[in-house]
Amino acid sequence: MSEAPASSSALLSFNNVSMTFDDGTKALDNVSFGINAGEFVTVVGPSGCGKSTLLRIASNLEANTGGTCSIDRNSIGYVFQDATLMPWRTVARNVELIAELHKLPKAERHQLAAAAIELVGLSGFEDKYPRQLSGGMRMRASLARSLVMKPKVFLFDEPFGALDEITRERLNDELLRLFQHEGFAGLFITHSITEAVYMSTKVLVMSARPGKIIAEFDVPFAYPRNHDLRYEPEFGELCGKISHALRGAHQ
Amino acid sequence: MSASSPISSPVEDVIPDKRDKFSFADYLGPVVVFLVFIGVWYLLSSVVLPEQKRFLLPTPHKVIKEGFFVWQSGERRGLQPILMSLWDSAKVALLGLGITIVIGMSLAVLMSSSRWLERATWPYLVAVQSAPVLALTPLIRALIDGTQTQRLLVVVLIAIFPIVSNTLFGLLSADKSQHELFTLQGASKWTRLVKLQFPAALPNIFVGLRISAGLAVIGAVVGDFYFRQGGVVGIGAQIDVYRNRLWGPELITAIILASALGLVVFLFFGWVSRRAIGKWHIINRGH
Repeated sequence: MSEAPASSSALLSFNNVSMTFDDGTKALDNVSFGINAGEFVTVVGPSGCGKSTLLRIASNLEANTGGTCSIDRNSIGYVFQDATLMPWRTVARNVELIAELHKLPKAERHQLAAAAIELVGLSGFEDKYPRQLSGGMRMRASLARSLVMKPKVFLFDEPFGALDEITRERLNDELLRLFQHEGFAGLFITHSITEAVYMSTKVLVMSARPGKIIAEFDVPFAYPRNHDLRYEPEFGELCGKISHALRGAHQ
Repeated sequence: MSASSPISSPVEDVIPDKRDKFSFADYLGPVVVFLVFIGVWYLLSSVVLPEQKRFLLPTPHKVIKEGFFVWQSGERRGLQPILMSLWDSAKVALLGLGITIVIGMSLAVLMSSSRWLERATWPYLVAVQSAPVLALTPLIRALIDGTQTQRLLVVVLIAIFPIVSNTLFGLLSADKSQHELFTLQGASKWTRLVKLQFPAALPNIFVGLRISAGLAVIGAVVGDFYFRQGGVVGIGAQIDVYRNRLWGPELITAIILASALGLVVFLFFGWVSRRAIGKWHIINRGH
């Protein structure tokens, strides 16, 4: 299988990145790929293969032990597996948080937060506390919080994994709309092949630990995508191929 | 869905507020317990205790008549001197509690920022918590001048542990991913403390405050016993006098009022806690 050479114009590029943890666990082995503006790349792979480690390296939460990762670290949006909202803050104050940590003036961050809240469809819920929201709405608030700073690269660590399928599909559409509207580049981690194909311009398949890229699939469907796309034969065929590659990854 | 389509609003419903409504049963409980308490009291003072020992526990109506409804009789008997000493002790308890909160929370912040300091301090805090303060009184008297300071020290020693342990536990309770969110934005230690750890700790801090508030009252009463001087004495010293002279109604009245002080402080912090965190903190009763 060929690995994509990281292009020099990429917003995010991994060059022969390896990661060995302190306890000797080898999580990543020579991973190379790049993401350009306008690309939405999804990584699928077996549990514990190091997919999330890719995001942690890109965002500098972990330091890679081999190779290089280049990214503009001042312009990253990071969406965690859970919404990580502060329960003591209302939706509006939660969405403001990142702008607040960057010490933006109050008036400006109010304005940015209000715009982001509208963008994710949470208008009218500004004064609710997280405990009053459903899982899907919490994730919307979490997305809005990252959108405030208009990052060029968005890292998604299985953000919809804990949601029911209907909510997940709805949020897939919302996220795609934001992707087109905001024009960020995306690196998305998921277990779901359908989600991967539906969202992405490109799907990468990782092997079991130590993770390496063992297959790469371009997704040819044009945006905007309609949710019925999931039931088209070409869509199913591509999912089948990826599933096949994943089966190989598990061995 | 097209990019230009109007923004869809989430169909997922907002989870409705489940606030406790006023319920008669909520108030019935304490009333029933109170009636049982009064019943047991009458039983003890008029049936269980042998005739010649009944002066130890006068009946409730005797306590009300001779303890609460006598304003002043001589220098020490009556409600007026009891209330004066209660006020004296309350001042010590509240000031002591204030000092305890400042020292206790500062210590917890330091301990939360350094694993080394946490390990170094912890055993000695537990030791202070379990040390019998009465055994330390000669030492306190030798080291510290002034009755007031001595009494305050006793309050701090008795009340500090729950503040430190609960605050520390709370400061360390923020999720790993919440911490990472702050790390990603390059937040300073101070920002992390103020915007993440401290608010996350509030529910625990209030638990500690309520326990320590009760202990501060106990500490003030205990301090009164051992450190007193002329003039107005604390409620603990007053109780000691009544006990020695076998003035039953006054003794019981003083005990009831000292407990009431503890209850008032406890309820006050419960109220502050509901005001401060009631909107977002979820209490899970499991049913």
